[in-house]
Order: sequence, then structure tokens, then C-alpha cells
Amino acid sequence: MTFSETLHQGLPQSAVLRRFAELVAPCDDAALEALAAQAAATTRRHFGKTMRLFAPLYVSNECVNICNYCGFSRNNPIFRTTLTLDQVEAEARHLAAEGFRAILLVAGEHPKFVSNTYLADCTRRLRAFVPSVSIEVAPMETEEYRHIVDAGADGVTVFQETYDPVAYAPLHPSGPKRDFAWRLDCPERAYAAGFRRIGIGALLGLAPWRTEAVRLAAHVEHLLKHCWKASLAVSFPRLRPAASGFNPQFPLADRDLVQLVCALRVAFPEIGLTLSTREPAHLRDGLAGLGITMMSAGARTEPGGYTGAGREALHRTERGKSVPLAAAEVGTAEATVQFEIGDPRPHSVVVARLRQLGLDPIWKDWDAAINA
Amino acid sequence: MTTPQPPPQPLVIAGRTFRSRLLTGTGKFPSPEAMRAALEASGTEIVTVALRRADLSGEHDPFADILTHIDPARYLLLPNTSGAMNAAEAVRLARLAASAGLPKWIKLEIHPDPRHLLPDPIETLLAAEQLVKEGFIVLPYINADPVLAKRLQDVGTAAVMPLAAPIGTNRGLETRGQLEIIIEQATVPVVIDAGLGAPSHAAAALEMGADAVLVNTAIAIASDPAAMAHAFRLAVDAGRIAYETGLASAAPVGAKASPTSPLTGFLRPEPALR
Repeated sequence: MTFSETLHQGLPQSAVLRRFAELVAPCDDAALEALAAQAAATTRRHFGKTMRLFAPLYVSNECVNICNYCGFSRNNPIFRTTLTLDQVEAEARHLAAEGFRAILLVAGEHPKFVSNTYLADCTRRLRAFVPSVSIEVAPMETEEYRHIVDAGADGVTVFQETYDPVAYAPLHPSGPKRDFAWRLDCPERAYAAGFRRIGIGALLGLAPWRTEAVRLAAHVEHLLKHCWKASLAVSFPRLRPAASGFNPQFPLADRDLVQLVCALRVAFPEIGLTLSTREPAHLRDGLAGLGITMMSAGARTEPGGYTGAGREALHRTERGKSVPLAAAEVGTAEATVQFEIGDPRPHSVVVARLRQLGLDPIWKDWDAAINA
Repeated sequence: MTTPQPPPQPLVIAGRTFRSRLLTGTGKFPSPEAMRAALEASGTEIVTVALRRADLSGEHDPFADILTHIDPARYLLLPNTSGAMNAAEAVRLARLAASAGLPKWIKLEIHPDPRHLLPDPIETLLAAEQLVKEGFIVLPYINADPVLAKRLQDVGTAAVMPLAAPIGTNRGLETRGQLEIIIEQATVPVVIDAGLGAPSHAAAALEMGADAVLVNTAIAIASDPAAMAHAFRLAVDAGRIAYETGLASAAPVGAKASPTSPLTGFLRPEPALR
């Protein structure tokens, strides 16, 4: 039974989930401090004094979906582009020169611009010099994923956005992404195709966070049982300002985010916990010591963000139709970001700070020979 | 006046002699400097390193430079196949390491479950057989399974490395009963690997006859890794000396006086029955 089928029958019951619900219940400062101490010790025991680093590489910001909160949403009149293979390679070489040995290819959903063949070709290009290539793109069928696995990708990340189907529907009024269950079962299809790292998460702010957290934990528990050979990681994407101008109905406070990270760590000691540059520096530094095991650094959220690649193909879309740039925009405009970065520190500054915090930054934690 | 004691017997694996019976890992340390200091303090002579964290291209990648922090003249570098999910992947990694100029010794680790990192017995046996045929000195990481340990010895592994508890748990000799059988039956050195969280655990492992232990997490995540490495060194020596000397047997808990009808009473029949 897939997770969407399981969830449709009601939230699963287990000792771990009951424990997790207690951990995310409202608590006073002393209880939060005790939870943080437990989380920190658990993280150190299982992951040591290390922090794995990765970089997102946006290959396209084209999108056919309307998602009310997303900067790439179809009807947003933003500057869009899709990188050529040479440009993807140039961006990746830039990141590799900075030290990154794990790269996450990110794209909006657009079958014409971002096909599985294109992603497989990108992966092949990168694998020549990047040991670990993952994708964060629109959900696919198992067979489509298999092409990308065969090209050498080892990880897939897909956020459910919200685990509440009632909240999900009005946020996704148009496009293939409307299908809640199809998206929810995506990690299981990816696993069946041979991906060995799976990342999930909820876009925090779309629904009351405690309810969301328990469903997320249920998803973790399901994947640990059914996709037992995959290395599982949870991300904490908290809604940031974007071109959509969307204001989250259920904003998550910093304190809530800390409680969520610590609760997941204590309930699931061995899973990876990932924090992106959506969050501000002080929060990332603090959470690095509590439960986070993987971080991006110096990240850009637009295609061509690292090298300026892709500007020659830049265009604006108006209600899904491509419109050439105005004369004044040619040569000056840049692709629009998916969301604003909360931690703008260069990667070198983040690395130095991690060392100050007593954490060894790990660039390479995978070898291409393993899944050759 | 104390009489000088002879040093403990050396550890011999595949014909090579080591004074130290403490093997160490290289993961989880807060910095390469802390790792180097801990290796030094531990007195170790065998250091294992995950190939997935190393640069095998020969280009000395400065961002995957773990090998550059370990002096190969001083330590035997024991590459491990952590990350491999099956025999084919492990064999491929081992070959790659050998062709990159690393010693042809391999710590065979195949754990398809990334959560508890428990080793796959079937794939481990398949890979061990293949690697032994190719001339590798194979030290397989296994669950504390005596039959598997024997099967691996039969295919020619140079040691067996059963776990005390799952990796990174620091829970000590949870598998003690099974480990005792493995040690009793072993024809190659038994190196107890994984789960040893305190020097007392390591000492106990040596006292029960393990030939060596491998410790990583407990040293790497200590507030002072070098100090903890030194503590493990002392514990391993103490445990080994105690084993070689022979521990006095302990009285069973709750031992009572002899029963009124002794079990061997039949040896002294009642006079009337003679």
C-alpha cells in the first residue's frame, strides 16, 4: 500500500508517531531546551561532528503549474530561461571549483523544457566531475526516473508542500501538480527506479505546523519501512518572500522550527535533516549544532545564478505565453529567483563558521564508482 | 619492587604483525587536526577510511583529502567499502582503491540499510569470496553470526569483524553471547567492530579473547578525542594483559550452600543398601 493510500484511510498509529506527537506538542522553554540537548547528543552520536555540504543548481524556471506561493508559478510575469547542457556544466564546474561534490539539479515543471531525457543528459555531464548528483524536479513515473538513475543520479527530493489534501487543492489550482496523491507517492516511485537517497518535506506555512509535522513523520515512518535501502532526509523549507507575493496563512515561528527539527531528530535518530539557505545565518548556525546534517551554502535560486549563464535565452511569460524582452531589458535582466535567500553568506564564510562551531565540513561523501 | 612484565603478544593479521590491538576509524571527527591527534594518542597502527570520502582519481582533490591526513608510512591504511549496497558495488570499490595505489587490504562493509548500517550477510560472503580470489586481504564487517564467521573463514578472509552493537550506538557488547562463540571457533583474528562506546567495553572485549577492537564514534565525538583515544589505548592493553594472564573466575550471583540432598549422593549409597 502506498503512503497516499495509507493516509487516505487515516493517520497511521504507532509508538513512534505517538512519541513524535508528544515531542511537537506545545512546551515551555525548559522542555524545549531539554529536547534540544537530546537532539544535539543524538545527532553527534549518529553523524559525528560533521556537516555535509551541497549546492542547488537551478537549470530552468519554466513552469506549467500554478502554485499560489511559488515564484516560478505559471502566471507570474517573471524572467525565465532554461540552461543548455553546456551552461549546466559551466554552472556545475563553478560549484565544483568552490568545493561542492554534491549537486542538486532543480527545475520547475515543464515537459517541453525539462524532460527526463534532458535531466539524464545533465546528470551524465556532471557525473564526469561531480560524485553525487540529485534532482529536485516534477514527479515522474518509475520508468522515467530509471533513465536518470541509469545516467548516474543517486538522489531525488520532492516536497509534498502540504500533507493536508483540503489545504492542497486551492493552493494548486492548475497544472499536473493538482494531483495530491500522485505527488505524495513520488518518493516510492523514485525508490522503485533505483534512487538511493530520498528527500522529503513540507512547505512550512501552508497549514498548521503541528498537524503537518505529524503527517510528515508518518511519511518518514512509511518510507523507512517500505524504502528501507534508501537514505532518507527531511528538509524544512519555510515559506520565503517570492514573486508570487504570497503570505503564508500559518507562518512558522523560529521557535517552532527549532522544535520541529529537534523532535524529528529525537524520534528518528538516523535520518538526514537538511537546511537550505532559505533560513537566516543565525538560525542555520544554531540548528547546525542541534540536528541538521546537511546544508547548502552560497546558494542561488535562479537558473544561471552562479555564472550568469542562460541570459541570451531570457524571456518573460505572460499567462504562460513567452514574450520577448523589452529593448531596455536585453543584456541587463536576469532570470527571476524562486525565493529570496535568507543566508546570503558566501560558501567560504559558511564553511569557516562551521569550523568555528566545531563541525568538519564534508564536501565529498559519495564516490561515483559505487553507483557506476 | 615490581618485576618488569613482558609486553602483550602482538596481533598478527595475514602474516603482518601489529603491536596495537586498537584499530581506529576516521569519520565523525570535528576536524582533520583532531583526527590526527587522536590517531597519535591511540597508538593505533591500522586506520580505516571510507572510500566514498576519499579521492581515488589520483588528482589529490583538496576537497576530498582525508587520505592526506594519514601517514601511510606510519599507519596501515585499511580502505572500507561503506556506501556499497551489494557485492558488485563493494568489489568495484575495492578494485578502484587498489588501482589508486591503496593497500590491497579491504574492510568489507556492505550495508544496504543506511539507517542502522547493519551488514548484509549474503552479499558480504559473495564479495569476500571474489575479493579473496583476486588477492585482497579481506576483513569483513559482519553481524555477530558464528556460522557466517565460519563461512567467511572458509573462503579465506584474513579476519572477521563482528559487531558489538549497531554502528554509532555506543551500547557496548550487546552481542556478547554470540561473540563468545565466534571467538571460540575462530581460526583467524576476531576484531570486534562497532558499538563500543566506552574504554571499559573495549577492555571487556579483549578480556573475553577478542584479538582486537575497532573504535571510531566514541573517540571522534568525545569532547577531547585525543584524550579518549588514549583511554581506549590503555583499556585495550589492560584487557589483553588480563586475557593473557587469565582472569580468576567469579562466584555466581546468589550462590548458596550445598543442597541437603546432594546431586552426587548416589556415589555414597546408604550403608543399609550395600
